[in-house]
Amino acid sequence: MKGDDGVSDTDLAPERLLRLYRDMLLIRRFEERAAELRMAGLIPGFLHPYIGQEAVAVGVCAALGPGAALTSTHRGHGHMLARGASPARMYAELYGRRDGYNRAKGGSLHMIDTELGFLGANGIVGGGIPLATGAGLQLKRTGVEDVAVSFFGDGATNEGAFHESLNLASLWKLPVLYVCENNLYGEFTRQDRHQVVKDVATRAAAYEIPGVIADGNDVLDVRRVARDAVARAVAGDGPTLIEAKTYRHRGHYEGDMGRYRPPDEVAEWLARDPIITFGARLVGEHGVSQKALDGTATEIERTLDEAAAFAEASPHPDPEEALEDVYTETHEGMALR
Amino acid sequence: MRTITYAAAINEALAEEMERDGQVFLIGEDIGESGGVFGVTRGLHARFGDERVLDTPISEEGLTGAAVGASLLGGRAVVEIMFSDFSMLAMDMIVNQAAKTHYMTGGRLSAPVTIRLVTGTAGATAAQHSQSLEAWFVHAPGLKCVAPSTPADAKALLKTAIRDQDPVCFFEHKQLYNAKGEVPDEVEPLPLGVGRIAREGTDVTLVSYLKTLQESLGAAETLADEGVSVEVFDPRTLVPFDRDGLRASLEKTGRLVIAHEAPQRGGFGAEVAAFAAGECWDLLRGPVVRVCGTNTPMPYAPELEGFVIPDAERIARGVRSLVGAGVA
Repeated sequence: MKGDDGVSDTDLAPERLLRLYRDMLLIRRFEERAAELRMAGLIPGFLHPYIGQEAVAVGVCAALGPGAALTSTHRGHGHMLARGASPARMYAELYGRRDGYNRAKGGSLHMIDTELGFLGANGIVGGGIPLATGAGLQLKRTGVEDVAVSFFGDGATNEGAFHESLNLASLWKLPVLYVCENNLYGEFTRQDRHQVVKDVATRAAAYEIPGVIADGNDVLDVRRVARDAVARAVAGDGPTLIEAKTYRHRGHYEGDMGRYRPPDEVAEWLARDPIITFGARLVGEHGVSQKALDGTATEIERTLDEAAAFAEASPHPDPEEALEDVYTETHEGMALR
Repeated sequence: MRTITYAAAINEALAEEMERDGQVFLIGEDIGESGGVFGVTRGLHARFGDERVLDTPISEEGLTGAAVGASLLGGRAVVEIMFSDFSMLAMDMIVNQAAKTHYMTGGRLSAPVTIRLVTGTAGATAAQHSQSLEAWFVHAPGLKCVAPSTPADAKALLKTAIRDQDPVCFFEHKQLYNAKGEVPDEVEPLPLGVGRIAREGTDVTLVSYLKTLQESLGAAETLADEGVSVEVFDPRTLVPFDRDGLRASLEKTGRLVIAHEAPQRGGFGAEVAAFAAGECWDLLRGPVVRVCGTNTPMPYAPELEGFVIPDAERIARGVRSLVGAGVA
């Protein structure tokens, strides 16, 4: 699902809808299994699971063509998988192995796939926003009719990087989609304790750009909003701020129990699980069989079994590889140790 | 051979690189029609237009990030940080993003951006418009750091920086902008990591760069009258640093003095001193002496500023303390 086929929501064929379901479920299961692998001691570093927010990544990426450039966040696995990345190379990176996307130099927070235009997860909250703005600038400078997309959370909208970038993009009419995944928490802090605005989308008014709210648990609604923003960007009318209202099912990172969240709030959002609700709609409204959904789930388990096996079999890096890749070219006198 | 200013040499390098490569563009505050606070980009907007010379809002993080982001897709942005002090507002983009891109992606991507940092005092510019921050950037793996001291080097090394596939911090001293020097009609890029002997000598090696290099040459002149022969070594680039060039000089002199405007504590001189002590110990005939800025913020009044920044006289005193009596 690397490209938008130009088909409107109502006309999407069942196979296409099933693909959206499949992509969301792949992200869910990738993350659940990553958590298990971490518990088993196979993944050494941080994990910030995307579980619960799958409809945002999949909905946005379904609106993009193959030439889009994307920046992501510390919670980036979902964006990368929605863009079509290889689960095997992602697991290999999480394992810290040579066949990982970043050759074991990055891990979860820095994963990248340049062939997919995926310019990287980011360990700095808001760090990807100026980079996507620059990617949009480069697309515009070179006359490429495509878009840059920046994913970030509600917490990042309090960073200067967010405001500086929206101002620049608005001023220069850059083809950028700013996608705020409002999952109601900036790390451990509830939204109403980190910003007065309830709707992040209203911040668009300060830059005289559209601020649009999407149901971040409805993949088709996200896709619809993203398509509008892409059309606007490609037409030269500038950026859009999209706020996708969603929820993180788990803590900020794997190991955080998320006890700062009221149980009734968690229950309410779990009942709106983007994958379960979409699966029910597919069966109830779009003539997709339960068997097809089950078959998709089975195929995903097989894919992830293979991905984990690939990671497990991939060689560890030689410790001295730590000295490689600091520069593209190492000069005389460039002491690396 | 022509004689032009350091600012004009930088301007020429920018123009020639923009002519050579359509991907090169300039981005910064007031660099467009107004030509920059120090006039370095004067005339470039008229020549290359809005598409190539981008005036930005006062948003250091935003503009630097935009430059870095564009570089990820093949753009070759040259950022002007109007006063290097303002780089602190862009530090995430320079140090967390650009510097580490190549490494943390396992070599799959790099951020070939050039960041021009307008450095040092312009005279009574005080604590937030005068800093010499090169040591901070030297300390960040992934950045290359260039500190040219003459118009010819500025032109050649800026070309090198722009063509380099890695992010480069390019330090320009405000008080050098009007300094004149000979520049060949055709300037080719210089390789990084190749220092030069700015003045030959046999008793002491004096390492210096940017504006302080001029002061060091003045000190060397004074000392020559006293019978002390000073070799002035201009590293030209701090990362990479020309270790072989310094070693060769120490083989002649056996004594090392380092002078720079930045505060002494943790300054680039400490790195040079550590290199000499660790790897040239057998060559050293005495302790390494540093003549640097005091460990204070930059004060405003000229007599205070003059106290803080090492001038030729203070550098000469430093050299005398090392050679002691009767070296000549």
